[in-house]
Amino acid sequence: MSIRLTILSQIENVATEQKKKIAPLRDDLTLTESGLDSLCFAILVARLEDELGADPFTASEEVYFPKTLGEFIGLYERSPR
Amino acid sequence: MDSMNAARAEMPCLREFVARRPGLRLRGLNATLHGQDIGASTIFASRRELAGKSVLIGAQSQFVGARALIELDGLAARLVICPLDFSPRRLASVIAQAEVDIIVSDAADKDFGAEREVRLCRDPVPIDDEERFPRLASQWVLPTSGTTGEPKLVAHRLEGLLGAIRPASEPIPVWATFYDIRRYGGLQIFLRACIAGAQLLLSDEEESLGDHMTRCANAGVSHISGTPSHWRQLLMSPHAGLIDPKYVRLSGEIADRAILDALRATYPKAIIAHAYASTEAGVGFEVADGREGFPTALLASNGEVELRLREGSLHVRSKRTATSYIGRDDLKLLDEEGFVDTDDIVEQKGDRCFFKGRRAGVINVGGLKVHPEEVEQVINEHPNVRMSRVSARRNPIMGDLIIAEVARKGAAEPGESGTLEAEIFDLCRARLPRHMVPVTIRFLPAIDILASGKLARRHA
Repeated sequence: MSIRLTILSQIENVATEQKKKIAPLRDDLTLTESGLDSLCFAILVARLEDELGADPFTASEEVYFPKTLGEFIGLYERSPR
Repeated sequence: MDSMNAARAEMPCLREFVARRPGLRLRGLNATLHGQDIGASTIFASRRELAGKSVLIGAQSQFVGARALIELDGLAARLVICPLDFSPRRLASVIAQAEVDIIVSDAADKDFGAEREVRLCRDPVPIDDEERFPRLASQWVLPTSGTTGEPKLVAHRLEGLLGAIRPASEPIPVWATFYDIRRYGGLQIFLRACIAGAQLLLSDEEESLGDHMTRCANAGVSHISGTPSHWRQLLMSPHAGLIDPKYVRLSGEIADRAILDALRATYPKAIIAHAYASTEAGVGFEVADGREGFPTALLASNGEVELRLREGSLHVRSKRTATSYIGRDDLKLLDEEGFVDTDDIVEQKGDRCFFKGRRAGVINVGGLKVHPEEVEQVINEHPNVRMSRVSARRNPIMGDLIIAEVARKGAAEPGESGTLEAEIFDLCRARLPRHMVPVTIRFLPAIDILASGKLARRHA
């Protein structure tokens, strides 16, 4: 599964578990409008580390906080594994 | 509780502080509380029945909770302040331990888990009884996570809570906080606003982050506080640029270089300060040089706050620490010399000290402390679980997350893989606040026990 599809399916999983209703997952969706809160994102980042073997938030020296879903996915796609 | 136990107050109560600087404005989503209106009006039908009592502040809205705190300090013997996410079961434990006599709330149908009189707060009406009540040194009681599954109740006096607050310089700040004011970090900001006669924007459950930040921008928020996790959430939103603060404060979790640098880049004109504070230890110190950690020189200070490292753990002695635990004679908050052991592990490197995490056992999820034992007890209630071990997993968004390892009783039935896991998750979600529910469960054939009979835990 591609990085993008892995991320999208994990978002759906976390939303279901946390009983959150999420917005349609388009690249320009801002993360704060997605329906997921901080704890959901924290869980998502942990799951993605397990699944993709990457944690771009911790790995890079220059920390960059993504604001949209497209930027979030891009962070993983560019992250070395 | 027996009202005769409450001591008369020598210092002014919170309402009197507000009366001195009546500029206080608590701005909720749809309403503003003006400092000058407090004192002449009340949200309680009867102040007499609250005088000298142990009162649980059970309001849903921060706004009503804030008003109740101002009115009740000095009147009630004990103010018990509970976060919103407490389940009826945890509320019941708090109510029993703090010997709560009466609950004040804005929610008629809320389940507090215990049979107590609930008095609904109403719209403020002028105080018509001229009756004077003795000014009590009210105890302020905040729950914190305990190892037994029961919350531990930490008692403060107003004097200690105000210990780190200095007179505000002109212009009077416009404060906002991502914390709920019913947690220690938020309570500090609420009290700062009360003492300074400042404005404080209170967030509302109904309000999105974007709406809240827009409201902050419109109000000209100059001072704003939150945990590093709160700030990461803001920086991952398009709304960080809406505000132009002069003072940005972080507390409740380790402020790492990444978040300090990111805030510096976002708010180049602001003072970026990280404060060290906890419910038990009170406000320790503030660091505003933009670097993580704190100067080693603080460890030698004999000033208002004394800090010492003992076996790697930071110990704090000051008038700002809590005074005791309530309802638990077996727990000592202060050691013989009056120090609080914070359980925060500090490493000294030359002239700088760095926080390395919590002593094994206590986990910090986005500023909320979790004792693994509390989660383990819930997991262990499942009939097919033999043992469990809960620990922290580092996380760049929330600091730490909770993970669990479980040893099951007997072998798994064929075809039931996944069922036990799902049942444990359901059990935890039903019984624990969200941040305490493990994010992963790993099944192990056995979990190590030390010679002492205790679980082998990894250290911070």
